[in-house]
Amino acid sequence: MSSPETEFEPRLVAFVCNWCTYAGADLAGTSRLKYASNVRVIRVPCSGRIDPLYIVKAFERGADGVLVSGCHPGDCHYAEGNYYARRRFTILRDLLYHIGIEPERLQFSWVSAAEGAKWADLINDLTAKLRAVGPFTGYRELIDASRGPS
Amino acid sequence: MSRIGVFICHCGENIGSVVDCERAAKTLASHPGVAYSTDYKYMCSDPGQNLVKKAIADHKLTGVVVSACSPRMHEPTFRNAAADAGLNPYLCEMANIREHCSWVHEDKEAATRKAIELIRLMVEKVKANEELQPIHVPITKRALVIGGGIAGIQAALDIANAGHEVVLVEREPSIGGHMLQLSETFPTLDCSQCILTPRMVEVARHPKIKLYTYSEVEALDGYIGNFEVTIRMKARSVDIEKCTGCGACMQKCPSRKILSEFNAGLLVPDPENPKKKLGYRTAIYTPSPQAVPNKPVIDREHCLYFQKGKCGVCAKVCPTDAIDYTQEETTVTEKVGAVVVATGYQVWSVAKAAEDYPYLGYGEYGYGTHPDIIDGLQFERLLSASGPTSGRVLRPSNGKEPKTVVFLSCVGSRDNEKGFTYCSKICCMYLSKHAMLYKHKVHDGQAYNFYMDIRAGGKTYDEFTRRTIEEDGCIYLRGRVSRIFPRGDKLVVQGADTLSNAQVEVEAELVVLATAITAQPDAEQLAQRLRVAYDKDRFFSEAHPKLRPVESQTAGIFFAGACQGPKDIPESVAQASAAASKAAGLLNADELEREPVVAQVHRAAPPVYSICFGCFFCERVCPYGAIEREEIRDRGGNLIKTVARVNEGLCTGCGLCAASCRANAITLRGFNDEQLFAVVNAIGEEQEESKAATP
Repeated sequence: MSSPETEFEPRLVAFVCNWCTYAGADLAGTSRLKYASNVRVIRVPCSGRIDPLYIVKAFERGADGVLVSGCHPGDCHYAEGNYYARRRFTILRDLLYHIGIEPERLQFSWVSAAEGAKWADLINDLTAKLRAVGPFTGYRELIDASRGPS
Repeated sequence: MSRIGVFICHCGENIGSVVDCERAAKTLASHPGVAYSTDYKYMCSDPGQNLVKKAIADHKLTGVVVSACSPRMHEPTFRNAAADAGLNPYLCEMANIREHCSWVHEDKEAATRKAIELIRLMVEKVKANEELQPIHVPITKRALVIGGGIAGIQAALDIANAGHEVVLVEREPSIGGHMLQLSETFPTLDCSQCILTPRMVEVARHPKIKLYTYSEVEALDGYIGNFEVTIRMKARSVDIEKCTGCGACMQKCPSRKILSEFNAGLLVPDPENPKKKLGYRTAIYTPSPQAVPNKPVIDREHCLYFQKGKCGVCAKVCPTDAIDYTQEETTVTEKVGAVVVATGYQVWSVAKAAEDYPYLGYGEYGYGTHPDIIDGLQFERLLSASGPTSGRVLRPSNGKEPKTVVFLSCVGSRDNEKGFTYCSKICCMYLSKHAMLYKHKVHDGQAYNFYMDIRAGGKTYDEFTRRTIEEDGCIYLRGRVSRIFPRGDKLVVQGADTLSNAQVEVEAELVVLATAITAQPDAEQLAQRLRVAYDKDRFFSEAHPKLRPVESQTAGIFFAGACQGPKDIPESVAQASAAASKAAGLLNADELEREPVVAQVHRAAPPVYSICFGCFFCERVCPYGAIEREEIRDRGGNLIKTVARVNEGLCTGCGLCAASCRANAITLRGFNDEQLFAVVNAIGEEQEESKAATP
């Protein structure tokens, strides 16, 4: 664990589509843009493939924030998957907020295959935001509470 | 028990200088399920691939994680290597520790820890992977070409000459399209009909081309390699088997005052007999004397027999008894494996636009209110030897030669306010050609051209426009026209010349508007029937603007010509040949092999059959219509339930259905729940492990 005097390093999990955002993140790499190393990218064919449960699971496994990113509206490789994704995560974010998870922890975004710089900025921004919000401990506490004192 | 091999690539210095690959390999070696873990300088090189293959054999690996560059780069390389070593290629995954790690992070410790975690995530995924087999789809070795303009003709001929049967569907009575209406073509001034009609004839007599004219595509079902198209053949009222194309019916038809689509509605007084107007067609007609097939159709809306029940002259004069008033619309179906869409464009009707949207359009240009204000296509008919005036440039108002002609560029193009945002691309060139041809026909005439920019990109195009200006003396004025109105028997064109910063007024005897090139009015409906994408201007969208310019997003459907965006003839032909080669390439194979990343609906033995309960939410969300309904019946034929089934030919593997399924009955192979949960579950173990590994 990071010691108290060092800065909190949030863990950011990004679910991204193969065609736009994954390629955009690749472009950030080929362009050698530097960004925070806090993100772990999980590739899926389309943002429409992402089951909200994956996100909940990521929080359960200790993610401090989750990013969902796909193609820009109208650009979806599969015509309309990103629209379904958008609706799904708007609802999920409200739901998470309702149960006490800060809405900043779930971010939705469009990053195209041409937007390497946008990807780098997005990850830096999110990392900074999550640093400000602090570690996500809600799930951990619940699990510990359900286990009782060890 | 899984036996996973982890292969970590240094990529020379690219990864190795930031990520401690040795440490990563050591850490992963102790990860549960990892049987072998190593690092190497260049994993994609021959020795690197051999290392992977040898390890698969030596260590009896059940899965491989290559940790190197982006899977978008080398996934096929390593999957092939795995397959060479006898491992199912879908048990090989890549962890991207270059583009997503070493190239974007500077802190070596953090990058190494991130690399270890990324690799571990993929190890967990591979553990949950299952063997997949490529999907084999049979192919119907025939192609459908929709649209018989120059693009469709070229595509049909190319595919047919490659040895495959072609079904060519054209909605007009003749093939030829807009090109048949043109006079001479830039930049060589080839007579359009002289270069086109031989091709049209070739289509008609090609043994491998089946031609449906006066027919439309009603529906397209199926998927790549296995389409079934429904074609509606409109009632021609003429038996084309019997008709010899002698033309007696057209000569005798008493309905003679019908605006001709082929002449773009242009009418010009006969100079010999000013009371008579040239340019009409008859009710029984062929669009052009060079029509293919050269067999007429009866326009029932204007035919006296159909409207008033009497006449029947054509039937009386027909020497072969080919007139059939009782003929009805019929539909036929054809099976094809590939589709080329070449439905072309339309010239924007500014008059109509002004009617529909009083504040839009170009009412101030007076199109439709004065016969001497015409559009570019009408001027083509005026120039054409097959046109109403046999190629003489005459004013539609009085049949006299216009001594001053004003051409207007960009009427509707590049105009965010009143027209379309895009450039129609061909107008600069055709207006230049118009001015040149006009000058060749009316030596003492003067042409003016109001333009925004001269866009003459293309081989010898700029030289061509320069010739119009320098040799034929056409006056080019850079600026827009604000108003056109009649004064006496002339038209006053008021505009600006922004180069001399002056207001200009030209008294013209004929005005030609280069109205925008637009998509066909029913392009949207066709796109929906074919399940292809289209843009905001209803032009069809290609799969990739640079690298896949003739393919649609829907596998097996290709685009050619102006249906995809404004284009000139050489570009349309080039694109048609490209689409044809794509289609022929597809049809050359006996079987189609596809990535097995497709959706799958749960199936089980009776009495469960499937956990799908038939809500068909998947059917609603699927953008490709890949969900079918399957009835499960018992031996007695009684329906037990209706469940979803995936048509693997249509499915593109987006996974929208899998994420939407309420029963979790549908999943996406290669990205199923077990795999993705395995990845997500592996998040967050890093700290303990990497700490343990750090000395």
